[in-house]
Amino acid sequence: MRFLKKFYTLIIFFFLYAPIIVLMIFSFNNSKSRAKWGGFTLKWYAELFKDNEILSSLYYTIIIAVISSLVATVIGTIAAIGIHNMSKIKKTVVMNLTYLPVINPDIVTGISLMILFIFIKLNLGFITLLFAHITFNIPYVILSVMPKLKQLDKHVYEAALDLGATPLFAFRKVVLPEIMPGVVTGALLAFTLSLDDFVISFFTTGSGVSNLSITIYSMARRGINPKINALSTIMFITVLLLLIIVNKRTSRKENA
Amino acid sequence: MKIRWISTPYIVWMIMFTVVPLLLVFFFSITVQTDEGITFTLENFKKLSEPIYLKVLWRSIYLAFVSTVICLLLGYPMAMILAGTDVKRKNVLIFLFVAPMWMNFLLRTYAWLTLLEKNGLINTVLSLFGIKPLNLLYNNLAVLLGMVYNFLPFMVLPIYSVLSKVDKSVIEAAQDLGANNFKVFTKVTFPLSLPGVASGITMVFMPAVTTFVVPRLLGGAQFTLIGNLIERQFVLVGDWNFGSAISIVMMILILISMGIMSRYETEHVGGGFFG
Repeated sequence: MRFLKKFYTLIIFFFLYAPIIVLMIFSFNNSKSRAKWGGFTLKWYAELFKDNEILSSLYYTIIIAVISSLVATVIGTIAAIGIHNMSKIKKTVVMNLTYLPVINPDIVTGISLMILFIFIKLNLGFITLLFAHITFNIPYVILSVMPKLKQLDKHVYEAALDLGATPLFAFRKVVLPEIMPGVVTGALLAFTLSLDDFVISFFTTGSGVSNLSITIYSMARRGINPKINALSTIMFITVLLLLIIVNKRTSRKENA
Repeated sequence: MKIRWISTPYIVWMIMFTVVPLLLVFFFSITVQTDEGITFTLENFKKLSEPIYLKVLWRSIYLAFVSTVICLLLGYPMAMILAGTDVKRKNVLIFLFVAPMWMNFLLRTYAWLTLLEKNGLINTVLSLFGIKPLNLLYNNLAVLLGMVYNFLPFMVLPIYSVLSKVDKSVIEAAQDLGANNFKVFTKVTFPLSLPGVASGITMVFMPAVTTFVVPRLLGGAQFTLIGNLIERQFVLVGDWNFGSAISIVMMILILISMGIMSRYETEHVGGGFFG
């Protein structure tokens, strides 16, 4: 039984990792073939960094992810506090509104926003892409902050007010530190969702503005390109390193 | 905290960018643009009931269903193994299991493109054994493979999170009362894990039935699922009315399947990558 478990785990992990590893190995392949080894090279990496299309989409991906996650975190956190203090009926209505983009298929969110932007004569491009990303990010911030607000003891806030703190000061000194973990989680979630989004971006951008996912899609549609392999390798290693750092940090916190 | 109005900017934003766009989709789905202007009609929905489109609809549901079943069959044992390992090795295993998910969805799909194509690695290895190149790409199987590969973690993680919370003493009690392993599984473990299974099914079925990337890259330009149909109406054909009607049908489809599944989800069980 033990052997069987190990064997099964091995097969599943092989299934998960083999395609990625093959992709990474062939990013160092000198011949353009995907199956025959033509010697070690770094030329695809050199070409990758000379490719303006990829560099500009990398730039847009990061800019959009940073701005949209920041804006969504601010709007979402403030909204969550407001929602938390609503009457029950209003709260239910607003929370259902919040869940709407989460459960709606991405493609429907994408085309509906595209229709709206064209309808109000907004040119598809950077601004529309940013609006779309903020829109699908806010609900995730709210959903991460709400549980923390529920755990919050509201008497502490009232005590601060009784002791003469202004509402804003009390919020900064009492409420914010308590809900901070939820806010950070929401911001991180928003950031990664924005980095990774393809479907919604695909429909809501235009005029030369595209993110990495869109560029990869159009490159992959044109056929195999070793530059994509090089890009995959860099992205996978970056993600892996980030995950290891985050994991190390959280486990250290747990131990402390 | 008496300031209720502070969520107003958010509500205005959501109405503008979520409610209004969906109303526009609905509006486009029940109208057609003619020379005399806009007229209300159900024609767009009727068009969807033509045999070619029904076939696409059926194929999307069928492939999403099959990939969900495969994910469940492959994923359940994996979730059990993950839930059963000791704490020290568990963290590493979970980490390794989740890591590929963080790779861009398109790159993961592209990886299979390079493996399956005619001059790809699999065919090259097969040719060493004297087997002629197979057509691995651009068929149902390739699309299914892409779906299972991309969505398997969505099945495993919710089941794992429910299984790891199952009280061990319940299982021990069943064993003490004389149940064999098979009986423990069918009578105790599996029923207790149903909420996780239900979330897993929704989390795999939903993206599988709506995706247009996997069929486009692994199924080829001619391979059409409901997602591709919508994409084509908006990007190529420019028939927003028909595209909107398909979107409405897709939303209804998703809502129905979520409604069925939510009966079994007694609690919210997400993957919880951020703790």
